[in-house]
Amino acid sequence: MDVKKERKTKIVFEKRLQVPTWINLVVPIVSVFFALVFSGIFLKLTGQSPLTVYLAMYRSAFGSAYGFSETLVKAIPLMLTSFGVAIAFKMVIWNIGAEGQLLLGALASTGIALAFPDLPRILLIMMMIAAAMIAGGLWALIPGFAKAQWNVNEVITSLMLNYVAINVVDYFVYGPWKDTAGFGFPQTATFSQNAWLPTWGTTRIHFGLIIALVISILLYIVLNRTRWGYEVKVIGESRNVARYSGMSIKKNILLVMLLSGALAGMGGMLEVSGVVHKLDPHLSIGLGYSAIIVAWLSRLNPFVIVIVSMLFGGLINGGFSIQMFGIPAATATMLQGAILFFVLGGDIFARYRIKMIK
Amino acid sequence: MSQLAVRMVDIRKTFPGVVANDQVNLEIYRGEIHALLGENGAGKSTLMNILTGLYQQDKGEVFINDELRNFKSPKDAIEAGIGMVHQNFRLVKPFTVTENVMLGQKKSAFLKLDEAGERINAISSKFGLKVHPKAKIWQLSVGEQQRVEIIKMLYKGTDILILDEPTAVLTPQEVNDLFEILRGMADDGKAIVFITHKMHEVIDFADRITVLRGGLSIKTLLKKETDASELGKLMVGKEFLSGRKNTINTCGDRSLSIKKVSALNDKGLPALSEFSLDICKGEIVGIAGVAGNGQRELSEVITGLRPVTSGNIQLDGTELTKKSIREIIDFGVAFIPEDRHGMGLASNLTVIDNAILKEYRSSQYGSRLLDLKKLREKAQCLVDDFDVKIPNVDCPVKLMSGGNLQKLLLARETSIEPKLVVAVYPIRGLDIGATDFVHNVLIEQKNAGAAVLLISEDLDEIYKMADRIAVMYEGKLMGILSTEDADIGEVGMMMAGARKKEDA
Repeated sequence: MDVKKERKTKIVFEKRLQVPTWINLVVPIVSVFFALVFSGIFLKLTGQSPLTVYLAMYRSAFGSAYGFSETLVKAIPLMLTSFGVAIAFKMVIWNIGAEGQLLLGALASTGIALAFPDLPRILLIMMMIAAAMIAGGLWALIPGFAKAQWNVNEVITSLMLNYVAINVVDYFVYGPWKDTAGFGFPQTATFSQNAWLPTWGTTRIHFGLIIALVISILLYIVLNRTRWGYEVKVIGESRNVARYSGMSIKKNILLVMLLSGALAGMGGMLEVSGVVHKLDPHLSIGLGYSAIIVAWLSRLNPFVIVIVSMLFGGLINGGFSIQMFGIPAATATMLQGAILFFVLGGDIFARYRIKMIK
Repeated sequence: MSQLAVRMVDIRKTFPGVVANDQVNLEIYRGEIHALLGENGAGKSTLMNILTGLYQQDKGEVFINDELRNFKSPKDAIEAGIGMVHQNFRLVKPFTVTENVMLGQKKSAFLKLDEAGERINAISSKFGLKVHPKAKIWQLSVGEQQRVEIIKMLYKGTDILILDEPTAVLTPQEVNDLFEILRGMADDGKAIVFITHKMHEVIDFADRITVLRGGLSIKTLLKKETDASELGKLMVGKEFLSGRKNTINTCGDRSLSIKKVSALNDKGLPALSEFSLDICKGEIVGIAGVAGNGQRELSEVITGLRPVTSGNIQLDGTELTKKSIREIIDFGVAFIPEDRHGMGLASNLTVIDNAILKEYRSSQYGSRLLDLKKLREKAQCLVDDFDVKIPNVDCPVKLMSGGNLQKLLLARETSIEPKLVVAVYPIRGLDIGATDFVHNVLIEQKNAGAAVLLISEDLDEIYKMADRIAVMYEGKLMGILSTEDADIGEVGMMMAGARKKEDA
């Protein structure tokens, strides 16, 4: 640890006994700032002015009513995947598979939409939601079961299943569900209007926003006020303590994965039913992965997730608009990655006090 | 005495919200065994961590061999010849003794293991630290592992050796061996410091004693010129307790009945073999034995955390072995586990969350949703009843001292009015005040008619507390004696004398 020679000023890390509240606010904000600076260096290297690009991103994401509405549209499925990820993280189950669970949810609800186009709207949408939740939940239950039964590392299994999910979706959109009138594009036919979530005015903001907000409240109550939420908290803190108190860890791993996957699956349903009205292979733009960043940045608090999802929705939205500068939309993805990197790095400031010693 | 090895002057060290050391002075001479005596939280470990360079003092000076040396890192301290044997050994289990000793010795790119082995042999024969250089650590007993730690220090050229509660894990025989070794090292001109809160070790083995209390150095005395009661008074500021505490016979009907129970340990090896024991209502049975002879497994089979491979356990006529952990808790079994931090309490959770661990399922705390106000009241009630010192019930319990943690744990476990209390090493790491408190609670439980199973390594504690003493060895019951007739020596013999072979 102390490899430096004497006489130099040394930086010492001292563990904090208690993390002050302000740190939890300052660290994410400063992390985002550093991520902007860091990504700015790359933008500069590509010959762009970072400030101009950031400003353009900001304008298109939050600068106009239309821009903001599009940001919200992007934020809705992200909220759902982030809720799902957050609840698993709360129990220290690293569900990295929200991406796949979202896709399976989208797939299942698409199946319902295509199979029963003439059902009354409310019934059809309810069935689509249920199918999406079941599919996403069961998809998450695979790594969950392996974890509970044989202690298989869920990071790897849930991540790998994402790729399986992509291929499953591809199979359907290139194969049996391919729209015959779609000019050969790999996508399903557009759903009947009965399978569309209602939208607000002329915007694309759909009913999913209300659902997401309601879920954030429910989730907060579940985590903070119910016995199950308490068990999740204790298990997340210490498996030994939980076992000692008579909590079933296996059962709760299964439950938490089921719920986590169901929420992500519902995110997929909201996206197909609320926005694209069909299933195509480009449905998810990494929403399951962004969710990891959102959940972490929000410290697993459902209300904060709502806000942070909106910011990330803006990032995604702004990322598309900067393509006009000839900058790839992947810049936004890089920015996301940089944010996670700095937030994780910033955690060290939350956990340790840093001192200079001469 | 002879040459001054360490002089610490007016040391002050603060942590957020706590003054761990203030105006502490300590002088250690070559050729002496110096005891650092004090309750938990008296500042002993902090002081030694400053001496070993792990912490930097806020104020004050450290002199080594009359030379000003304020250490900035453990490396500086090692260079100055200071070595510390921690309570939890810093050894790599799958490595050999030699490899462990060589760790961190970065003098050349290649390990000269044979050469090192010879040096280790030389060191061990000089001081009687019997251990084989090629043995793997996991094959060694705890006492032997401790010897490896000492050799490691000597190999690095340590001549000021600090031991943090070195006897906590040893059998009485091993304790004697250890101090014989330490005496030899002192005679060779090394300075030995050991941290302890066990009075008899100080009296039996130390030359000089520095008593710390509340972060201050109270006094340094020559052993010859003091006695246990003076030291006790200096340490706690009140009279030292002695003698039996549990004197009233309140034994009633048979409550817990363990019949020929066998169980495996975590490694899948037999830990309990046909163990039988009865405990009556209102009786405390003390389990004496060297740690690792099945005590932990015994506590776990009773509380349902570990399955039995055969035999059965009944409490008030109800079979426990087929019940789940939760059912056993609800049936009225309180469990004070060995590991307060890792099992009994979740360190990062608040006092409230910890206070309700066993009762959160009860409908009195809300039907669907938890009634946060009632939970808070419950936690506050436990805290007040047991005089747990915390700023408020929303604090994470990791901020609490060992004594307060144990109080909280006891408060929670006894609040369910248990039929049976299983207490495993309940006073480990506690100071005299907290120990006394724990004992009073156990006696209260006994008087209230609970059966109490007290597992302890400390014979004094068992003698003080138990109605009957059961001695455990290699998962078997060696014998059971009424405390009144029991001779501590006899119990000790059963604990150790029954051992089939001596440690190498």
